Amino acid sequence: VSRPPRPTTEAAQTYSFSRRAVMVATAQGAVALALAGRMGWLAVAENEHYKLLSESNRVNLTMIPPRRGWIVDRYGHAIANNRTDFRVDIIRDRLPATEQARVLKLLQQLLGLPPEQIVRIENDIKRAAGFQPVQVAENLTADVFAAVQVRLPELPGVAPTAGYSRNYPAAQAVAHLTGYVGAASAEQYQKTKDPLLITPGFKIGKDGLERTLESKLRGEAGAKRVEVTAHGKLVRELETRHDIPGHVQRLTIDAGLQEYAARRLGTNSGSAVVIDVTNGDVLAFVSMPAYDPNSFSDGISHLEWKMLSDNDHVPLMNKVLQGLYPPGSTVKPMNGLALLHNGVSPEDRISCSGALRVGTGIFHCHKRGGHGPLNLKQAIMASCDIYFYEMVRRLGYDRVAPIARSLGLGQKFDIPFSTQRFGTVPDSAWKRRKYKADWTVPDSLNASIGQGYVLANPLQLAVMASRIASGRALTPRLLMNGPATIANPLPIDPEHLAIIRNAMYGVVNEGGTGGRARLNIPGASLAAKTGTAQVRRITMAERGSGVLSNASLPFKLRDHALFVCFAPVENPKYAAGIVLEHGGHTVTNLDTPGIGRDIITYLLDRDKALASLAEVEPTWGGDIATRAAAETAAYKSQISALQAVQTETDATAPTDAPAVEAATDAANSSAAAIANSALPAEQGSPEQ
Amino acid sequence: VKPASSATLGFVPEPLAQLPWKIILLILAIGCFDLLVLYSAAGGHIRPWALSQGIRFIVFLGGAVILSRIREDVWGMISLPAYVVILIMLVGVEILGKVAGGGQRWLDLGIIRLQPSELMKPFIVLACARFYDLLPPSEVRKVGAIWPALLLIALPAGLVMLQPDLGTALMITAGGITVMFLAGIPLRLFIIAGLTAPVVGLVAYNYVLHDYQRNRIAIFLDPEKDPLGIGYHITQSKIAIGSGGIWGKGFLNGSQSHLDYLPEGQTDFALATMMEEWGLVGGVLLIMAWFAIIWWAMGVAMRAQGRFARLTAAGLATTLFFYVSINMAMVMGMAPVVGVPLPLISFGGTAQMTALLCIGILMSIDRQSHKQATW
Repeated sequence: VSRPPRPTTEAAQTYSFSRRAVMVATAQGAVALALAGRMGWLAVAENEHYKLLSESNRVNLTMIPPRRGWIVDRYGHAIANNRTDFRVDIIRDRLPATEQARVLKLLQQLLGLPPEQIVRIENDIKRAAGFQPVQVAENLTADVFAAVQVRLPELPGVAPTAGYSRNYPAAQAVAHLTGYVGAASAEQYQKTKDPLLITPGFKIGKDGLERTLESKLRGEAGAKRVEVTAHGKLVRELETRHDIPGHVQRLTIDAGLQEYAARRLGTNSGSAVVIDVTNGDVLAFVSMPAYDPNSFSDGISHLEWKMLSDNDHVPLMNKVLQGLYPPGSTVKPMNGLALLHNGVSPEDRISCSGALRVGTGIFHCHKRGGHGPLNLKQAIMASCDIYFYEMVRRLGYDRVAPIARSLGLGQKFDIPFSTQRFGTVPDSAWKRRKYKADWTVPDSLNASIGQGYVLANPLQLAVMASRIASGRALTPRLLMNGPATIANPLPIDPEHLAIIRNAMYGVVNEGGTGGRARLNIPGASLAAKTGTAQVRRITMAERGSGVLSNASLPFKLRDHALFVCFAPVENPKYAAGIVLEHGGHTVTNLDTPGIGRDIITYLLDRDKALASLAEVEPTWGGDIATRAAAETAAYKSQISALQAVQTETDATAPTDAPAVEAATDAANSSAAAIANSALPAEQGSPEQ
Repeated sequence: VKPASSATLGFVPEPLAQLPWKIILLILAIGCFDLLVLYSAAGGHIRPWALSQGIRFIVFLGGAVILSRIREDVWGMISLPAYVVILIMLVGVEILGKVAGGGQRWLDLGIIRLQPSELMKPFIVLACARFYDLLPPSEVRKVGAIWPALLLIALPAGLVMLQPDLGTALMITAGGITVMFLAGIPLRLFIIAGLTAPVVGLVAYNYVLHDYQRNRIAIFLDPEKDPLGIGYHITQSKIAIGSGGIWGKGFLNGSQSHLDYLPEGQTDFALATMMEEWGLVGGVLLIMAWFAIIWWAMGVAMRAQGRFARLTAAGLATTLFFYVSINMAMVMGMAPVVGVPLPLISFGGTAQMTALLCIGILMSIDRQSHKQATW
């Protein structure tokens, strides 16, 4: 091993120094090369990457929520549109907790917010995911909005936006048709990570058509590009990409009729469906009472929510699709078709004595003394129970059920709603499947008067009426997409249909049970069938002492009132189904025949219908908005405002939310209780 | 470099002609370029940075030229006393800091705020060089050649660590160790030290370093850990350099610096500010300029006659090298952010003063070696 001489002399030291200095200089050179190499790597190899990052630093992209597509009626009138809206939100992630109290105080001062709103905002901030905008106020005036914008540097986390918000001109009248919109939930954002979902002011459909048509209504977001400093100060605006509004959705609904029907239902807890008999177009789709979708879209106050949940008229429930009712006597024309179809002659008579003994049970007619001998038309006109008891007893319900199904009962329709309850058309096979029990004669008898196991929703009743009126297998259509298709004829003899239509004409115009539905329009007449569905059992003792009148019963125990009709009789154009929950035929103006008559009148002679509404509406407290305001005021006086806002609730409540499901179940349970009653002998139809 | 010929420029006074003009011009070029960078960093204004930096630059450069006239043996004589004075000032800073509460690094002398730790950077080199100059050649491979030098280094480095200022302590240590290496301390000791350094580093990391220093090292290893704190500095600085590309975004066009995304864009991270606008070309030219100065300084060391002059020149060259390379590595995410500025580029008088002080001493040694060569 050759080692350098040990540096013990000065000369050796000098030599050693030179060697080591060269080593040091070499190391320095290596470092210089490494530094230059690193520069090259960053500036050349990684240039694209860092350029992008630099751009995303420099440019702040603000999403512009797309304007939501309008929902219009068959004539192009707006059912849901957008109005310009100045709003203010808070984004918790950008609001330091220490600043919150100060910011809220300043906002309260600038916006003039009542103290309970501050409580609500504080609650919402607590519960919202950090990135979700929490609404402070909406529908601000331009002046107030400008005041907030000027003070923005003092308001960290506050996001003022000028945008659009959803507007439903008919408010409650269309609530269960359109549903409503609201801010996306945290889960929805987590699923897609779409930044649009957390853009302040962006709303998605939460219920009804708004929800099912979401993809078509949404449109595409625009983007505003601005150059900002690291501290968020705007330097200048760069080019803006405009939003692409969502597609307009045209419905088959007649907005005028929809609103009229909603108003005409008055204070009832009810629903009405009107169908164009020529093609199945749904002209009205009403469930009342309802919430105001405008205030739902704004973020509903807890007071409003509690008031809606406490209401025994279940305004959160879409009764058209979710309400299941025993159809009662409205199925009698359908029964008649089944009898004719199975060879019963329209002139075959049954004598009604007021009661029928089957085995150990007694089945009553709604007319205590009985109707005497009746043929089919008379039985339908008088809504005699005994006639149908006896006929269906002879025939067996298994031969009625196919006709019921062909008229749409028990059928699920392809309409754009996320939930639909479609009821039951029972038969022996169904009962064996469901209850592991044999079909009994009392089962047939109950079914023959639309009670027992038979359940239908209001849409199905309207479809049944439209199919009887047209003789075609019409299916309801809500979206005006493409030309209407001509439905196939029903597998029913047209002569039988004519007999039944004539009987329904008789119900209204020849002294039947629906006399009050007679049209006051020269040359036009209405055919109908009334119905009453019991929601309680009438005991032997009560029947002995006289059946209690509905007016004397608590609301929940009153009978449902039902009504199906079509007009004009000669050349049917419109059919309708109306169900009033616990309507009980107590107030004439608010009973089904009058409502049915006026809704059909609106279609044939609008001015006359509006005039008659103007006459009766004051008797039940005015139009929808007036009554809603009065109800809110009454409710508020019962409950202190602060107490109301502190009730923590889920402010978004689509019709399939658990709370609404429960309410719906409760409303339907009475029907189910009757259907599953072990003592069918006490059934009866208290027809008036 | 040959002495400037007075024959061709007869009208120039000899002392002026004798100045190492190539180096002075190079330093002037870097200084003027720095003024452009600071002018742009201020958004196209000479205030608040370019003007004061320019004035200071002229003053300190003049000072360096004056220092170059001081004879080499004067440096030898004052080196140890000066070291002791600075050490006392460091203790004074420490005591003042304890009294005032908080890490104070400077002494307020009325006219200027003096950072003794900064003065220690060149003077540790002078002190160590003086020590080995005085040590007889036969003693150099004995233990007596090692521990006094280590003590010379450890005292100021320890005091600076207490401040706490990791970057300066590292530079003082590195300057002293380099002189020890050049003085001929056995190579195997450095190899052993190099091998045990990771262990020492680990111990220091756990027991000596302050939380914020530990944090900076942890973040250097993984900048994503702290995207809004120190990691943010590194990330933004890399974005500035990377987005500049080869030719840069152009003078006054750096968005990272102008929109305040780059923190400390005029001080420690001035390189990133510069490279965003001047690109790879600007960066490589700056490296070339600085290493030309450093190699000139190494050349001065090679040519120098006395042992003190040789060790001092090479040690100061290394001090400048550490200044430049630690800052560049830190700004480019190759080293932890330890708060070492880039001399002649970063805004601030301290680094400017230290760098020009080093260069002044180097010029003085350079002048001496020429004289001896000609005489």
